[in-house]
Amino acid sequence: MSTAADPELSPFRDAEQRSVANHLGLWTFLATEILFFGGLFMAYSVYRYAYPEAFAEGSRHLDFWIGTINTALLLTSSLFVALGDHAIKAGRHATLRGCLIGAWLLGALFLALKFHEYHSKYVEHLVPGLNFRYDEPTHWAPQIQLFIFLYFALTGLHAVHMLFGLGAIAWVLWLDLRGRVTAQRHGGVEMVGLYWHFVDCVWIFLYPLLYLIAHR
Amino acid sequence: MPDYLAAGHTVRSWLGTLDHKRIGLLYLASITVFFWIAAGAAGLMRWDLLTPQGDVVTSDLYNRLFTLHGVLMVWFFLIPSIPNVLGNFILPLMIGARDLAFPRLNLASWYIFMAGGALVLYAILAGGVDTGWTFYTPYSSTYANGHVMLMAVGVFVTGFSSIATGLNFIVTIHKLRAPGLTWFRLPLFVWSLYATSLILVLATPVLAITLLLVALERLAGVGVFDPKLGGDPLLFQHLFWFYSHPAVYIMILPGMGVVSETIAAFARRRVFGYRIVALSSLAIAVLGFLVWGHHMFVSSQSVYAGVVFSLLSFLVAVPSAIKVFNWTATLYRGSISFETPMLYALGFVGLFTVGGLTGLFLATLPIDVHVHDTYFVIAHFHYIMVGGMVMAYMGGIHYWWPKISGRMYHEWTARITALITFFGFNLTFFPQFVLGYLGMPRRYHVYPPEFQTLNVLSSAGASILAVGYLLPLVYLGWSFFFGRRAGPNPWGATGLEWRTPSPAPQHNFERTPVVTTEAYHRGEPTD
Amino acid sequence: MRATRSTLFRSYGVLMLLLALTAAATRLPPGPWTLPVSLVIALAKTAIVFLYFMQLRYQRGLVRIFALAGFVWLGIAGLLTFADYLTRDG
Repeated sequence: MSTAADPELSPFRDAEQRSVANHLGLWTFLATEILFFGGLFMAYSVYRYAYPEAFAEGSRHLDFWIGTINTALLLTSSLFVALGDHAIKAGRHATLRGCLIGAWLLGALFLALKFHEYHSKYVEHLVPGLNFRYDEPTHWAPQIQLFIFLYFALTGLHAVHMLFGLGAIAWVLWLDLRGRVTAQRHGGVEMVGLYWHFVDCVWIFLYPLLYLIAHR
Repeated sequence: MPDYLAAGHTVRSWLGTLDHKRIGLLYLASITVFFWIAAGAAGLMRWDLLTPQGDVVTSDLYNRLFTLHGVLMVWFFLIPSIPNVLGNFILPLMIGARDLAFPRLNLASWYIFMAGGALVLYAILAGGVDTGWTFYTPYSSTYANGHVMLMAVGVFVTGFSSIATGLNFIVTIHKLRAPGLTWFRLPLFVWSLYATSLILVLATPVLAITLLLVALERLAGVGVFDPKLGGDPLLFQHLFWFYSHPAVYIMILPGMGVVSETIAAFARRRVFGYRIVALSSLAIAVLGFLVWGHHMFVSSQSVYAGVVFSLLSFLVAVPSAIKVFNWTATLYRGSISFETPMLYALGFVGLFTVGGLTGLFLATLPIDVHVHDTYFVIAHFHYIMVGGMVMAYMGGIHYWWPKISGRMYHEWTARITALITFFGFNLTFFPQFVLGYLGMPRRYHVYPPEFQTLNVLSSAGASILAVGYLLPLVYLGWSFFFGRRAGPNPWGATGLEWRTPSPAPQHNFERTPVVTTEAYHRGEPTD
Repeated sequence: MRATRSTLFRSYGVLMLLLALTAAATRLPPGPWTLPVSLVIALAKTAIVFLYFMQLRYQRGLVRIFALAGFVWLGIAGLLTFADYLTRDG
């Protein structure tokens, strides 16, 4: 009798079916995210292929160390999220909370560094649409602007996803504090974790494509 | 258990509903409004084209009319038509589920759709856009003088509604099938919705990011697509058609599904070659992603890429033709009756065949150079989208109307309307093949006088077509309140949806059904 | 089955090692291999995150297919777009 089923579970037969469906749904969503970022990656590839010199020149204006440290921050925060997910399955709430807070702080630090970098671009008159001015002698100025624009578009879109991720981590933390996460019911932690790892993966590609192509 | 219509009568019970059937009706009402706005624009254009001088509207207004027509018809009528109205309503019933996998996401997708629609309507009222529905750069960037940003944002927002629906269908079809309902027992409509959903999910994000890039190009003044600043306008076309060509299959696959259901029901036979018809939907979905460059043959795309795209485009004809052959073979020796849905389905088969074959002409490089951007192209894709998809949509509405409303419509009125639609459609669009072949370009409202006769014929057809679309509003509207009560299965069709009372109960099934037979199996169900 | 804690820590170790490697490679003189190498390293890192942090290694086949689909479709977009750009006359 499906009518006797728990209304909380509807339209699913049982918690197992719901969990499997949530997983499939989230992975499908991540596939759409790959193609969403993918359009920008396509634009990057086409123009990188057309103007390798301009891209190498543009990349010199990015801070190698900020990029590298930020990669390390995100990888570490991903580890925290994975450990938190691991802990809650054994019912260890304190570990979960510690891990989520750690991941959240690392994510916030990433964004702080990112905005510091944005700010320094502003000071150097390198923000397209705001104050872009390229004084060094080169006939690649428009193409360099294109690179810097792609840098802002890619990292900006990534940062928006980070903000959603921070919100989601805070939400899961709140759920746990309200006692709504248990060793049996931890789907939220899993889903948010998958999303957070995915956003991490996007950055794993942005890092070499934006920061590591300069001739130093 | 009350039926879903009786389950609540307040505005809130509709606008806050999580019931897939009610959400389907919300979509039905909204896309009908969008359809008539877009149809009104088409009517104005056909009126203007009665004379060669173009004396009804200014050239600028004409540009805005065809843009409005395209944007609304594509994103606010055709793409949501069968999936979001009929798919929403019927899919869970067909697979023996209580609802879609994520009912809240389903309702959210309608609100997102309406938000996008509101933005687009506002953009139209504020003065419109003159870029054409494709938003080609530099029309939409350097030379834009309409509300491109607003309209692009509207389409961008609506994209997320498409993605949400596609995702919901995919998970539902994978995870909520009734016990025993294996993949090769699924009705073919479900297969076609699955293939459609794959396209929705994998193509739409690219459109979103492309429109975002156009918006950013305009905001930041950089030349993403501007050759003066190092950009490439063809990149826009690549990204746009990577979405929009597969989107063409979003606008035909669900129609093919409806036609399979209808033909099986009214020929009273199992669909011939069921498995190959099912798999050909997937083949069309996948191959549809490999052919977008055939929109760019004369755009300075590399000629080698053109040849590759041309060859790949021919491949899509194979699964499409398989479907047509199998429908015909299903009819052979069937015990056919010509109820209204069947008339629409037969109309679909003929018109889709014409549209598909002329598609092969267009996929052939040298012929495309000759007819590119002429009325030949217009006629071709209207045969697919109006002759195909809209016919199937009307057929589907009639076929499932008893399940939706619990009532019957007046059969003979509906049959005659179907014939009027078929006649009006051909009179509108067949002359356009000739016009295009003789060289009349699309998107112009002033033309040489020798084209007038054909244009007058086409406009006359449009007025007949309008009657064919108006009449169902009247008699279906009447039937909804006053029609004769329908039984659970007025057509004697197979399928789980016909085993529920009409209108469908609030929670679909008293007991989760168990399936033991193939789709379209006639005779006693063995459970 | 799920990744154990030590698997997670080991994955993290390899990730950091790869990061050090790709960062250090920028100190070498640039060449045609610079970009491919850094992309291969990025792919390896993504594979580790997908397989262990995101538990893809322990998921059923269907989820793996969906996880791959995004990449495959992006590959289609890239392949056919570059079929144009790589064969233009100049």
